[in-house]
Amino acid sequence: MAKLSSTAVRRVEEIILEYKNETTPLMMILSQVQKEFGYIPFEVQEIVSEHLGIPVAEIYGVVTFYSFFSLKPKGKFVIGVCLGTACYVKGAQQVCDKFSEILGIKPGETTEDGLFTIDALRCIGACGIAPAVSINGKVYPKMSVNQVQKIVDEYRQLGGAQ
Amino acid sequence: MELINIKIEGHPYQVEKGLTILEACKRCGYTIPSLCAFNNGECSRGSCRVCLVEATGARGLVASCVYPVAEGMEITISSPKAVAARRTSVELLLSNHSKNCQQCSKNGNCELLHVAQITGARDDMYEGTKTPTTIDELTPSIIRDTSKCILCGRCVERCKNVQGIGILGFENRGFRTVVGPAYNRSMAQSPCMLCGQCVNVCPTGALAEKSEIELVDEARRQGKFIVVQTAPAVRAALGEEFGMRIGTPVTGKMVAALKRLGFNRVYDTDFGADLTIMEEATELLNRIKTGGMLPMITSCSPGWVNYAEYFYGDLLGHLSSCKSPHEMMGAIVKSYFAEKNNLDPKDIFVVSIMPCTAKKYEKERPENANKEGLKDVDAVLTTRELGKLIKRSGIDFVHLPDEEFDQDLLGEYTGAGVIFGVTGGVMEAALRTAYHMVTGKEHELVEFKEVRGFEGVKEAAIDMDGTVVKVAVAHGMKNAKPLLDDIRAGKSPYAFIEIMGCPGGCINGGGQPFVKPCFLPNEDANILDTYKEKRANALYSEDERQVLRQSHKNKQIQDLYKNYLGEPNSHKAHELLHTTYKARERFPK
Repeated sequence: MAKLSSTAVRRVEEIILEYKNETTPLMMILSQVQKEFGYIPFEVQEIVSEHLGIPVAEIYGVVTFYSFFSLKPKGKFVIGVCLGTACYVKGAQQVCDKFSEILGIKPGETTEDGLFTIDALRCIGACGIAPAVSINGKVYPKMSVNQVQKIVDEYRQLGGAQ
Repeated sequence: MELINIKIEGHPYQVEKGLTILEACKRCGYTIPSLCAFNNGECSRGSCRVCLVEATGARGLVASCVYPVAEGMEITISSPKAVAARRTSVELLLSNHSKNCQQCSKNGNCELLHVAQITGARDDMYEGTKTPTTIDELTPSIIRDTSKCILCGRCVERCKNVQGIGILGFENRGFRTVVGPAYNRSMAQSPCMLCGQCVNVCPTGALAEKSEIELVDEARRQGKFIVVQTAPAVRAALGEEFGMRIGTPVTGKMVAALKRLGFNRVYDTDFGADLTIMEEATELLNRIKTGGMLPMITSCSPGWVNYAEYFYGDLLGHLSSCKSPHEMMGAIVKSYFAEKNNLDPKDIFVVSIMPCTAKKYEKERPENANKEGLKDVDAVLTTRELGKLIKRSGIDFVHLPDEEFDQDLLGEYTGAGVIFGVTGGVMEAALRTAYHMVTGKEHELVEFKEVRGFEGVKEAAIDMDGTVVKVAVAHGMKNAKPLLDDIRAGKSPYAFIEIMGCPGGCINGGGQPFVKPCFLPNEDANILDTYKEKRANALYSEDERQVLRQSHKNKQIQDLYKNYLGEPNSHKAHELLHTTYKARERFPK
């Protein structure tokens, strides 16, 4: 397990202080950490446990109960493939499979270079443009399998350039 | 207290307002089958659905462990609908349960099997996927097998609310839910003190002690010279394994049974306890005299020591350097006793019968061995395992005559050693001897009753010829924590603190017979509130019956110092009887 940098630890402590006196501090702290770090590292759970007096096992229980929280870092680009009913009947599964095939990962996983995560989503409310894919908030309407390679290449370039 | 009128099975009753249906029925003489609420409501989550009944005013069937009674409520336990529903609940639990009941160590004490019998659950009614299983056997003390877990959460509650630690928790969601340490790690890779309280409350075989009966069998096959010793708390509870009433002292029968099991010597760990007192009282007085680190804290309880190493690594200097009594006993057996009997220590096998699961771990600590790495103690059996061993050997325990421990060299013990098994006992025993060491006379009352009883933290101030020594006693880690935090903050007023890992002390250790009301039809209805006191009384009454009640009066202890160790805390005593501690990482990467 990678160790958190001292800056990150300080930031976590700031977040804890910010929410410590709320009625339900745990959920708020974890949500903020998830938002900023992209996941909830084990070390963060230990720090939160120390500050709030809640056992690590209980915090881990909360983290694994809600699918909103993630235990592993997500990629730089999170590819959300909508598998809701409308998208599904329009071939979203094939689109999703194509992403998997090209990136060599299953939904929920992250590529080794840390660039991509595939998330299989339930309806994102964009049925009119099904099948829809959303990458870091940018929505790609009426996706087809043929477009997948090109999109991945674009993001690879973007990721490499940065 | 407000009373309300209810009907159970058509009969009118008056019960207290605020009770759950399950509690109300129990008071009126009806036992509804249940799993989660057996433990004094410790873990009522309403999750197992085994206690479903019909109640007017409720929609559908209700889980009686969480549903409160109300004025005019009519409760039906026996309706076909409720009976069928309870049976289905159990059948569903069984469908995701590994049913190797014959091999299961909880066989005979399994509450799931008990409700299965009562509800008439049929085998394999629902076939389907099973939750992925984790079997954790990495600690020397406890085995966790999630295939037998029914997710009742009693262990979670016990660890969090009684020990204040919370090693175990619910993980994941829905069908994939498991109970375990964070990240479903091994208990060996989490800050688990191995006290075994979770084992005591687990209704099934999901949490159980790791048996070492086979180690003893192997030693016999190899023709080892086997010395067995029994901790004080064992005699206060072993009878329960054979259906005897809780609190029946069975010292004589226990010895008789051990002698029939073919051990070469049967000794009492109380001798080791007396030795511990000599060393520990001397250490305490030295610390007071020389301005050493105070308060000094006892180190007899291996669960507490584990906890200290995980959570209070900065306070380890406060722990007495004394090994625990059975380790001292083992060290003396493999040195002094071996020499006197012309035995090679390597041919001696020491078995400790302990009320404790953490003792199994303690004996594996490299510090508890001699310079050549020969362990002081080779096997630790819990009280429950001794019960199994006796049953396996066909010994009719209940009708055994009373027999005496072997008396040669290490056979004598005092009442002070006996009370080690209950919270406050080590403190009381130490005070009896410290008083003598400081003042040169015996305390007129012998007993120090301020440190007895089951209050979470007890304190006393003892006047020793002008020197007032303030002491405190805590049992269970939740009670100990405030005392430790005070030490950390530099504001502890005490010179000496006794801490025991389990609530009530060793009499309620993680290796003691299970107290499950469903299997104890002849005990009082409130047995869960009284069993600790009953076991404690068995020890206090044995103390009262002893002619010698102070450790320093033990003649064989005096001889041991005269002929072998020199004096308490001597160089030789340190080599054999003292140990060290080190802070441990809670979640090693």
